[in-house]
Amino acid sequence: MHTPAGGEEIVSAPGKAGFSRPVYTRPRSLVDVKSHFCPGCHHGTIHKIVAECIDRYDLREKTIGVACVGCAVFLYDYIDVDVVESPHGRAPAVATGVKRAQPDKFVFTYQGDGDLAAIGTSEVIHAANRGENLSVIFVNNTTYGMTGGQMAPTTMLGQKTSTTPYGRDFRGDGYPIKMAELLAGLEGTAYSARVAVSTPAQIRKAKESVRKAFEMQIGGMGFSIVEFLSTCPTNWGMKPLDAQKRVLGEMSEYFPLGVFKERTQADVA
Amino acid sequence: MHGVRDLRRDVPRRVHTGVAMSALPASTSRRILTKGNEAICLGAVAAGCRHYYGYPITPQNDIPEYMAAHLPGLGGTFLQAESEVATINFILGTSASGKRVMTSSSGPGISLMQEGLSYMAGSELPAVIVNISRSGPGLGGIAPSQGDYFQAVKGGGHGGYRLIVLAPHSVQEMYTLTMLAFDLADRYRTPAMILGDAIVGQMKEPFVASAHDPASTEDKPWALTGCASRERRNVKSLHLKDNAIEIHNWKLHEKYERIRRDEARAESYMLDGARIAIVAFGTAARVGKTAIQWARKEGIAAGMLRPITLFPFPVREVAELAGKVDVMLVVEMNTGQMVEDVRQCTPHHDRIAFLGKPCAMPTPEEILECIRRLAGRKS
Repeated sequence: MHTPAGGEEIVSAPGKAGFSRPVYTRPRSLVDVKSHFCPGCHHGTIHKIVAECIDRYDLREKTIGVACVGCAVFLYDYIDVDVVESPHGRAPAVATGVKRAQPDKFVFTYQGDGDLAAIGTSEVIHAANRGENLSVIFVNNTTYGMTGGQMAPTTMLGQKTSTTPYGRDFRGDGYPIKMAELLAGLEGTAYSARVAVSTPAQIRKAKESVRKAFEMQIGGMGFSIVEFLSTCPTNWGMKPLDAQKRVLGEMSEYFPLGVFKERTQADVA
Repeated sequence: MHGVRDLRRDVPRRVHTGVAMSALPASTSRRILTKGNEAICLGAVAAGCRHYYGYPITPQNDIPEYMAAHLPGLGGTFLQAESEVATINFILGTSASGKRVMTSSSGPGISLMQEGLSYMAGSELPAVIVNISRSGPGLGGIAPSQGDYFQAVKGGGHGGYRLIVLAPHSVQEMYTLTMLAFDLADRYRTPAMILGDAIVGQMKEPFVASAHDPASTEDKPWALTGCASRERRNVKSLHLKDNAIEIHNWKLHEKYERIRRDEARAESYMLDGARIAIVAFGTAARVGKTAIQWARKEGIAAGMLRPITLFPFPVREVAELAGKVDVMLVVEMNTGQMVEDVRQCTPHHDRIAFLGKPCAMPTPEEILECIRRLAGRKS
């Protein structure tokens, strides 16, 4: 139990004179604004984890974030760091340009599943394969949220979306793509994990993974990615609690949680 | 001059290293014999560019090869991308970091960059994009062409924006206009394009490697460098609130109007007393100059107005010319693109003639023949 700058993982603690002191605070790197995200959406939780990890390593003033296209673009309204907006799917390429120009800065992308796993597959694979020393936060909610719930590359078989009204069928639409495993298979990837944030225990574990990913970049180990299984109650047509259950159930079954690659040593020429 | 002084011993001969970077002057001017594509590289380095990203495509491969050989030694970064789509986004990221950055490509690759260029124009990010254009449409061919004029000067990508477009017609200009492109891009916070072709890219001639004026290097208070002791910044093109995107469009429009007003450049060549004036840019203009010299020897009063900036188009100069000469002969290596902009400068469309050679360089003889016929009609 500790309370570093930005306040994280604070569980209890009686304060002076028997009053409770605040034990669950807003991290310094999280902007104090009302969330515009839908009820039950995980972006807010994931933002907070990212902000806490930025604070933990005192990175705020040397961070450049890369926002993508989709609901994830609003990163810059919530995380108190410099942010550049990327075209759809190109965030790993934009991040490459930032990191190559400023190797001493901390660079991360924040991308949805349509962005990273469909239109941006090429960019993320080649950034990983080059071992670009940057971190990717990948939010997989199995649908295109902002455009109204169309089929994503991660949409589950049988899942009904606005463009798979009869359910995703592998015979025409292929299979949900497992990016964390795919990227773990590349030499340049230093760290690849899949996490969820549907229970407090999962949130704590997810934060551990983001920390690891950030540590990889800080240590110059290469490309790191954390895939978050996330909800989209609005487009799934579910109540927030049912959406959590879906993540804990069928989504976690198909997209197993875990660490798929963890480098312990940097490559040397 | 063709120095190999900085060649590493273990570099195999076939590796292209070209003119030594030490040939670049610190402060004095010096003549260097090299080809246009290399002059672009030298101009970029002289202007302070240390980041180059690209993807192979003919006929511009000597640019990335030169940069790959020389930038690391200057503490710079060369990176070969997986596609031109990735390339332009590397460029976007480095530009947002406040660094001078360049890429080069040719038609098909430039098409793939249009998305990124639109984002950069919208985000107001400077960079230099070199198009050593080839024949199209589609895969077309590798013959020199000016078929990318519309794409370069009318926007190219979505949403209504302009690039600053410079059209060199000599190795000298490949050098100086590249330096100018960096300065203009930074001054106006917008991407600038060098529109060349295989002829100006591959031809060799001596040029004066003048030093870059350090006063033309702008501060970039908008760059993303981490928010140490300041508020956080964004570089973005998304404007959702109220009428923010309308305001942004008017702001960009005002910038393009300033560019039109202040940055149009054209060369007058032998226009004294001319009755026939060629209007041409780049390689077509270079060939046209020879035809004009021959025509003058035959006693035909021919001259040329050569747009150096294609956006902004030198409207005033062309309009004035239209009032002075009997006929303007527009020569292009396409089936007629810039000629549309020339027509906009004058109501007398019957005094505009056009010679088009799509996907090929016109010969001086062909242009001279055209001039003769026009002179015959007028005399």
